[in-house]
Amino acid sequence: MANFSGSDLTCLRGERLVFGGVSFAAQSGDAIMLRGRNGAGKSSLLRVMAGLLSPRSGQICWDDENIADDRIAHQARLQYLGHQDAVKPVLSVRDNLRLWGQLRGVKNLEQEIDTALDVLDIHHLSRVSGRYLSSGQKRRTALARILIGQSDLWLLDEPTVGLDRESCGEVSRMIADFRSSGGIVIYSTHIDLEVDNPVILDLDKFAIPMVEWLMEHSEFDDLGPDPAQEAAQ
Amino acid sequence: MNGFLAILQRDLRLALRQGADSVMVVAFFIVTTTLFPFGVGPEANILARIASGVIWVSALLAAMLSLERVFQTDYEDGTLELLTLSPVSLELLVLGKVLAHWLTTGLPLIIAAPLMAVMLNMDQNGFVTLMIAMLLGTPALSLIGAIGAALILGARRGGVLVSLLVLPLYIPVLIFGAGAVEAALLGISATAQLQIMGAILLITLAATPFATAHAVRQAME
Repeated sequence: MANFSGSDLTCLRGERLVFGGVSFAAQSGDAIMLRGRNGAGKSSLLRVMAGLLSPRSGQICWDDENIADDRIAHQARLQYLGHQDAVKPVLSVRDNLRLWGQLRGVKNLEQEIDTALDVLDIHHLSRVSGRYLSSGQKRRTALARILIGQSDLWLLDEPTVGLDRESCGEVSRMIADFRSSGGIVIYSTHIDLEVDNPVILDLDKFAIPMVEWLMEHSEFDDLGPDPAQEAAQ
Repeated sequence: MNGFLAILQRDLRLALRQGADSVMVVAFFIVTTTLFPFGVGPEANILARIASGVIWVSALLAAMLSLERVFQTDYEDGTLELLTLSPVSLELLVLGKVLAHWLTTGLPLIIAAPLMAVMLNMDQNGFVTLMIAMLLGTPALSLIGAIGAALILGARRGGVLVSLLVLPLYIPVLIFGAGAVEAALLGISATAQLQIMGAILLITLAATPFATAHAVRQAME
């Protein structure tokens, strides 16, 4: 039973405090849905979970081990779907997917690609180069990518952008299958994606003013001893 | 190691499908070199005297011209993000991308260099040394340039910025590259210069992948 958790996460972007004091915990088979207004930090939180962004404070653990201690192990267990589809216009759908399989060291790669293409219903496009794909088809290619190889954690940032209603059902099914095989899914979405009782994490609640956060964490202590105090001693 | 080969293979395939990039680099090299006889006059002696310097400076500029695309397109379409998140060390992937860059730009330059040497009336004694020096120097150019290419990710007008960052770092390669050819032309052994160029290559090979990977991670923040 795997266990993915984060405690007291704070994210600072530029001069702006995006969210502060976010905690979450998930076990195999769980799903967490991130909710919040635009700019509430849904994408930032997913990037922090992936390890692309370092949190200003707090830590994220997998089975009680900080993910920052062994990045490669964390990267081997997660699949991340960002805003961008990373589909190269001059490569065919199959060639596009092949690279990601190779980087994960997948055995029986061609078979896995076939399965993933079937699940997303884009098998007929496997030889079509990326530049002729519609935005929905590109999104499906990106979704096919996360099916290739073993993974325990999916971080999906708006997985249904550009997809039609039927394909949203496919995404729901993908998530359900992955959860039943023991995976953890954390996703953000603007539409009602059918997912069985996800834990809802509302990021609007964690938008705290910068000044308050600074006072609470007394960040100024990090800047070294206070000259006034030293003088008094 | 599989990751290294996978990224190398993909980048080479991309470069072949969009062949224009490599052709452009070589064309730029040839055009710049050709400008010098127009500028300094067709006097054969003068051209022979400046040939090695002209070839090296043109090669430097041509290599720099192609730097921007090492990471830029991958950055824009989200590929770089996923490469950073793949379970292969980013340093290795960076090295794979740099090798692909060298194979598609550095190698064609080495092949074009003797032709330019003939055009500039360079003495035959220098040809072999020129090729060896470029064989040692151009990979170093790609390796150093990758740091600059990674640092400018997300910046506007990156192309100008990368030249300001990278060109000063190219100076040692230029000095010893041109010096080696110069020595060969004078009939002295160029071993010392070539050894130093080998040393530069080894140092950049060992150090730059870490710097580049760090810059890429920084760009992802």
